[in-house]
Amino acid sequence: MNVTAQHIIGPRAPLELKRFHPLRYRLPAWLLAAAAVLLLVSLFRPYWQITMFAPQYPDGLTVISYVNHVGGRVSEVDILNQYIGMKPLEAAAKMEKRFAVILIVAMALLVIAAVKIHSPFAAWLSLPAIFYPLIFLADLQFWLADFGLNLAPHAPLNMSVKPFVPHVLGVGYVGQFKSVALPCSGLILATLATILILTGLWLQRRAYKPLRDGQIAAAAKSGGRE
Amino acid sequence: MKHALKTRMMLGLIAAGLAAGCSRHAANQTSYQGESTKAAAVIAQRNLKPDDVVRALQTFVPPGQHDPYIMFASGGQNGQILVYGIPSMRLLDEIPVFTPDSMAGWGFGGDGNTVLQEGNIPASKMGPEKVIRWGDLHHCNLSESNGVYDGQFLFANDKANGRIAVVDLRDFATKQIVKNPVFYNDHGAVFVTPNTRYLVETAQYAAPLGGAYDSITNYDQTYRGEMTFWRFDRETGRIDTNHSFAVELPPYWQDLAISGKLVSHGWVFCNSFNVARYHGDDLNGDPSFEAGATSRDTDYLHMIHLDQAVKDFEAGKFVRVNGFPVIPLKTEIADHILYFTPETKSPHGVDVSPDGHYIVVSGKLDPHVTVYSFDKIQQAIAAGHFQSDDYGVPVIPMEDTVEARVEVGLGPLHTQFDDKGFAYTTLFLDSAISKWSLGGSAEQLHPDVKPWTLVQKLPVQYNPGHLAVIGGDTTHPTGQYLLSLNKWSIDRFDPVGPLYPENLQLIDISGKEMKLLSDTPLGMGETHYAQIIAADKLNPWQVYPQIGWNPLTQKVDPNAAMPGQEGIVRNGNHVTVNMTIVRSHFTPEIVRVNQGDDVTWHVTNFERTPNATHGLAISAYNINLTLNPGEAETLHFKADRAGVFSFYCTKFCSALHLEMAGYLIVKPAATQTAAR
Repeated sequence: MNVTAQHIIGPRAPLELKRFHPLRYRLPAWLLAAAAVLLLVSLFRPYWQITMFAPQYPDGLTVISYVNHVGGRVSEVDILNQYIGMKPLEAAAKMEKRFAVILIVAMALLVIAAVKIHSPFAAWLSLPAIFYPLIFLADLQFWLADFGLNLAPHAPLNMSVKPFVPHVLGVGYVGQFKSVALPCSGLILATLATILILTGLWLQRRAYKPLRDGQIAAAAKSGGRE
Repeated sequence: MKHALKTRMMLGLIAAGLAAGCSRHAANQTSYQGESTKAAAVIAQRNLKPDDVVRALQTFVPPGQHDPYIMFASGGQNGQILVYGIPSMRLLDEIPVFTPDSMAGWGFGGDGNTVLQEGNIPASKMGPEKVIRWGDLHHCNLSESNGVYDGQFLFANDKANGRIAVVDLRDFATKQIVKNPVFYNDHGAVFVTPNTRYLVETAQYAAPLGGAYDSITNYDQTYRGEMTFWRFDRETGRIDTNHSFAVELPPYWQDLAISGKLVSHGWVFCNSFNVARYHGDDLNGDPSFEAGATSRDTDYLHMIHLDQAVKDFEAGKFVRVNGFPVIPLKTEIADHILYFTPETKSPHGVDVSPDGHYIVVSGKLDPHVTVYSFDKIQQAIAAGHFQSDDYGVPVIPMEDTVEARVEVGLGPLHTQFDDKGFAYTTLFLDSAISKWSLGGSAEQLHPDVKPWTLVQKLPVQYNPGHLAVIGGDTTHPTGQYLLSLNKWSIDRFDPVGPLYPENLQLIDISGKEMKLLSDTPLGMGETHYAQIIAADKLNPWQVYPQIGWNPLTQKVDPNAAMPGQEGIVRNGNHVTVNMTIVRSHFTPEIVRVNQGDDVTWHVTNFERTPNATHGLAISAYNINLTLNPGEAETLHFKADRAGVFSFYCTKFCSALHLEMAGYLIVKPAATQTAAR
C-alpha cells in the first residue's frame, strides 16, 4: 500500500487494543452504519407536509412531499391554485425527484465507506449526508419561492392574491387559507442520521487520532531512513 | 295566576338545572351562570312551557353535529324516498326513485332515463308501451342480514303501477325498477325476508293475471290475487328476474304482507279484505265497494310457506303468465304452501313480533289487535283440522290460531315493537298511539305488567297511518324513538292553502310513558312507511371510488370520457363528444354539430373532492345532468333544433361557477346545403 493511500485510509487498531477497548473502536462504526440505514429508510417516508385550512376545508388539505414524489390532495390543491395562477405541483423540483433516490443511496454508501476510513477523510465522505437535511429544506424553500413569486399575471384571483413566498416551516396565510408546514418522519430520520454521523465521526476521531498521530510520527522517523 | 307562578318557578328550576348540568363540564363556571340567565330570558320571551324546554333539549342537535339515527321515509305520491336525521327531524336527502327529479338530474338525460325507462309498461298484444313517470311509493324496506338492517340496500314499491325499485346505499341512488309482469298494482310490498334473499310484492286489487282482459262478471272465475317473490342478488345489487316467481291467490284483495323471522323464518304472512269478492256495479244501483267489501264479518290472514314454494318453483311446478312463473293455486293447496285463518273484517297491518312467535293483525274496523301464535298455527297444520274456502284453500279455525286479542282503541292500523317487550299500534280513528304488552318470551322483560294488556294511549295529531320505531320490525328493535306518520295536520302548522302538509310526530318511548317531542310538516309527499336505522350502520361513499365511474354498473365505464382524452369525433352524421368537467370548466367548451346529427355525449366529472358536484344543463334540449365527483354519464340526442345553445354548470361549484359554461352550436341544415 502506498503512503498516500495509507494516509487517507488511516491506521487500523491492533487486535489487543480492540479486545481491551471493544466499545471505543466499534461504537463509531455502529453509529455510522445506523446513520446510513436511517437515510435509506427515509426514502420510504414522507419528508415534509403542508396542510391548508379554510372554512370550506375544516379537516385541511394536506400535500405530502417524499424525496421522489408528491402525495396527498395534489389534484384539489392544483384546482385551487389555478385561481391564483400557480403552476401545477407536478412541475416542481423535477430533477430533484428524478435523481433523489440514487443520490441518497450514494450518500449512504459514502457514510458506510467512512466506517473504514480512520482519518479526516471520513468527514469529507460524510459531508453530503451531514448537510443533506439542510440542502433538502433549502431546495424546498427555493421551489416554494419560485412557485409563489411566479403567479400567472392574469389569473382569476389576481386582485385578491399577490405573489408571495410560502414558509418552508411554520404558519402562513394566503387568501382564506391558513397553511401549516411541518417536517415529517423522513426528514426527521435524515436529521437523526446527521446527528449520528457527527457523533460517530467524533468518537472515531477520538479512537483513532492517537494511533494516527503515532503512525505519522513513525513515518516521519522512518522517512529519514528511506 | 297561581298556575303562572308555578310555571315560572319550574322554568327557573330548569334554567338553574341547565346551568348546573353545563357547569359540571365547564372550566369556567361563571360564564355558564350568564348562560342560565339568558336561557331563562329566552324561555320567558318565547312563552315556553317547562315541557317544551325539555322537548327542545331532547331533540336539539347543535349546528355542525350529526344525528345518531337515520329514517328512510316513503314519499307516497311524489314517488321518492325521504331521508331524515333523528331526533332533529332535519330532512337530509330526497332519493329520486320513480319520478324525475331535477336536483339529482334524474330523468333529464343520462342514467335516470335508463332506470325510469325500465319501469315503463312494455308494449304487448294488449296495447302500446305505457310511459310511467311517477310512482305511489308506499313502503321502503332496508335490506336485512339475520333479521336486522344491514344498511346496504333499500327497496320500495309503486302501488299505482305494480313496480318495485332497488336503491344502493353506497351512493343513495336508484339502480333498478322492475315492472311486475303479472299485475298492475301492489300494496304488500316491498317486504324483505330476514336475509334479503327474497323481496315480497303482493298485488292489491284482484284482476285477470298478466294484464289480460275479462268481464268483471267473471270475477270469481278469472280474476286473481297474486304474490311475487323477487330473488335479490347482493353481488350485482339487482333483482334476479330469472330466479323470481309468483304464487296465485284467490281474488280477495290482498293487503300488507310481512316475512316471518327466527322461528317463523320461511313463512310469509299477508292480510286480505273483500273476501266477500264484492264486485257490484254502483251505476246499476249496487252498493259501493266500501259497503260491499266489508259485508262479511271475517277476512283471511294468508300464511304462505315460502320455503315450500321455492322448492316447487325449482321443481318447475309452475305455469307461465306473461312469461313469468306462477305457481297455480291447486299446486299450492296440494303441496301445503297456502293456508288461511280468519281475521276480523278488513284489518290493515300485519306485523311479526321480534322473537318471531307472534303475528299481530291490526283490526282497523275492530278495536282489537289479534295476536296469532306461530306455534299454534304449526300445531293446527300438523293436526290437519281444516275447513276450506271456495277455492279449496285450507282454513284453520280462528280458535286454533289466536293467542290473544288486545283491545287497543278505535281504528288500529299498524304495529311496531321495542326492546322492552312492548308493542305500539297506531289508532287511526282515535288519533292516538297505543302501547301494549307482549306475552311469551317478552313477559320477563316487563315483570310488573301483565301480558297482552293496554298500557297507555298517547293522542297524536292527527290520524296516524304507519309508525316507525328504530329497527321496530326487526329481531332487534331499539326502544328510544317512535315516529307517528300522521295523515292530517289540520291546525298544527301555519296555513299554506288548501293542500295541507302531513305531520310526522317524534315520540320518546325510552321511559315508561310515551311523550310527544316534536311535529315536522311534510309538504312534498305522504309518508306511508318508514324505517329507522342507526347512522353508524350506513357507510356511503363521499365520492365515487374512481374517475369515470358508472353508477349503474358500479364500476369504471369503459366508454367514460377521461381527462386528457377530450375531443369531438365525427363519423358520418354521428358525433361523439368526450367531455370532462372540473372546477371551473368544461373541456371542450365549444361543441359544433350539424342539425340532424345523432349526438353521443360522454361526460365525466373528474373531481376527487367531496361535495364538488357539477351539473350539465343544455338549453332547449331538456337535458340536465348532475355529476358527482368521479361520475361518468352518457347522453344521446338528435341535434334536431339549430341555433346557438349555451350549456352551463347548474351547481354553484366555485367562485368561477358562472364562468363554467360553453356553447352547443348547431349549424342549420339549410346553411349546410347552401354552403355546398
